[in-house]
Amino acid sequence: MDQVTQHNNQQAQRKAAMAVLAHAEAGEIAARLRNFTLPAHQDLRAPENGLVMLRGRIGGDGAPFNLGEATVSRAAVRLASGEVGFGYTLGRDGEKARLIALCDALVQSRDFGGLVERGVIAPLREQLMVRRRQAAEETAATKVDFYTMVRGEG
Amino acid sequence: MYVAVKGGERAIENAHRLLAHKRRGDQSVAEISLDQISEQLGLAVDRVMSEGSLYDRELAALAIKQARGDLIEAIFLVRAFRATLPRFGTSEPVDTGAMQVQRRVSATFKDIPGGQILGPTFDYTHRLLDPSLAQGVVPQVPSTAEASTAPTPRVTDILGRDGLIESSPEAEDGASVGDLTREPLNFPADRDLRLQNLARGDEGFLLAMGYSTQRGYGRNHPFVGEIRFGEVEVEFLAEEVGFAVPLGAIELTECQMVNQFKGSATEAPCFTRGYGLAFGQSERKTMSMALVDRALRARELGEEVRAPAQDEEFVMSHSDNVQATGFVEHLKLPHYVDFQSELGLLRKLRQEFAEANTPDAMKEAAE
Repeated sequence: MDQVTQHNNQQAQRKAAMAVLAHAEAGEIAARLRNFTLPAHQDLRAPENGLVMLRGRIGGDGAPFNLGEATVSRAAVRLASGEVGFGYTLGRDGEKARLIALCDALVQSRDFGGLVERGVIAPLREQLMVRRRQAAEETAATKVDFYTMVRGEG
Repeated sequence: MYVAVKGGERAIENAHRLLAHKRRGDQSVAEISLDQISEQLGLAVDRVMSEGSLYDRELAALAIKQARGDLIEAIFLVRAFRATLPRFGTSEPVDTGAMQVQRRVSATFKDIPGGQILGPTFDYTHRLLDPSLAQGVVPQVPSTAEASTAPTPRVTDILGRDGLIESSPEAEDGASVGDLTREPLNFPADRDLRLQNLARGDEGFLLAMGYSTQRGYGRNHPFVGEIRFGEVEVEFLAEEVGFAVPLGAIELTECQMVNQFKGSATEAPCFTRGYGLAFGQSERKTMSMALVDRALRARELGEEVRAPAQDEEFVMSHSDNVQATGFVEHLKLPHYVDFQSELGLLRKLRQEFAEANTPDAMKEAAE
């Protein structure tokens, strides 16, 4: 595997992990992390709250416009072994941003990457999928099926 | 001109103490929590987020509690809070086509790919007050059905494939996206700025403006192509990270209004569009927004601008309820010196009137 592919793979993996973590509660991430001995790490940037302007597109698919802002918390963490992780999340939970940053650093680590994927990301992803499936099934029950109505009448 | 009032400080402090007491209400009644507001008054929270122009359920719930349920006051509080935070940047534009749909209806086609999904709606309820809610009830568990994996493309995208509807305007190369929180409003305003203004505009104002177009003041023959509500993922391109970072999901409502045709000697006639997008489940808001967005395109579409809803300066200058309430409500603050000068002028005019109307003066005038 060449270096560029490797870099892209790792980026995709980090992004996939962040996508799961952003949907979890700080307490859920912390509880999963407590299951293993973490390497030494420090805050590279203490959690801070700010705003991100959210954009939509005219007509849904056209030129962008500014819809309104959202609160966002962010942090950065460095492992003693050098990996730097970033954490971003909607809301103002600085601890959650810090935990995401820690996980992002761990995901990049040779020694902890697999462990954090199996012990933290995978179970949280499963939990997210279950929640989504539940919501999708409740939504599906409200689907109006015109074909069925026509058949029923005939 | 405002004038300091001696002794005002203590009175103001006491008034605020009394307000806090009134806010709490009867203390033998349980205090309402932010979670309760967020979970059980969710649509009020959605409205405060939309018009406060800040997506944060907890802050909106706090604002509603602090404002004693006065939503415009709550919106004001949220706007003021927003000014205390730094802005990290702007998100990637959200993709409403990839929405995790919880509701999606079309009034134009009954059979749409992905289906019509009613979701949690007041539509088709009988609008009868439900006494059981006064007691507190545990609702039935929602029914479930097998979830479909079929995509739910936007209805306008389907119409667009046949060229029956105009396509959305593309971004011009290098064009910046207007932001009315950063630059003062100038007219004429482009559609990006108009939509930002409408997205944070007062729902009641937009409802009335949209309604006025239906009643003939800038008629544009609307159909609801589609309304959809659900979760979309948000990504933020953080330079330090080097890729678009997922931030989590937000709930949005989108309305695609399909309106009567445009066309020319060189362009085949096609439907035109109005667009609405807002935080949370805000159906009335996005429908009104889409009607007004379409009306405000009058000039661009070569229509005569005659009605208030077509006048962008009128609409955009009066849509913001924080600005509006600020100017209306400032009238109740002390205007003693202003009023004294008005009073002085009026007395002088009355004296002149009296002098002109003494019996002698009258007689003189009659002769």
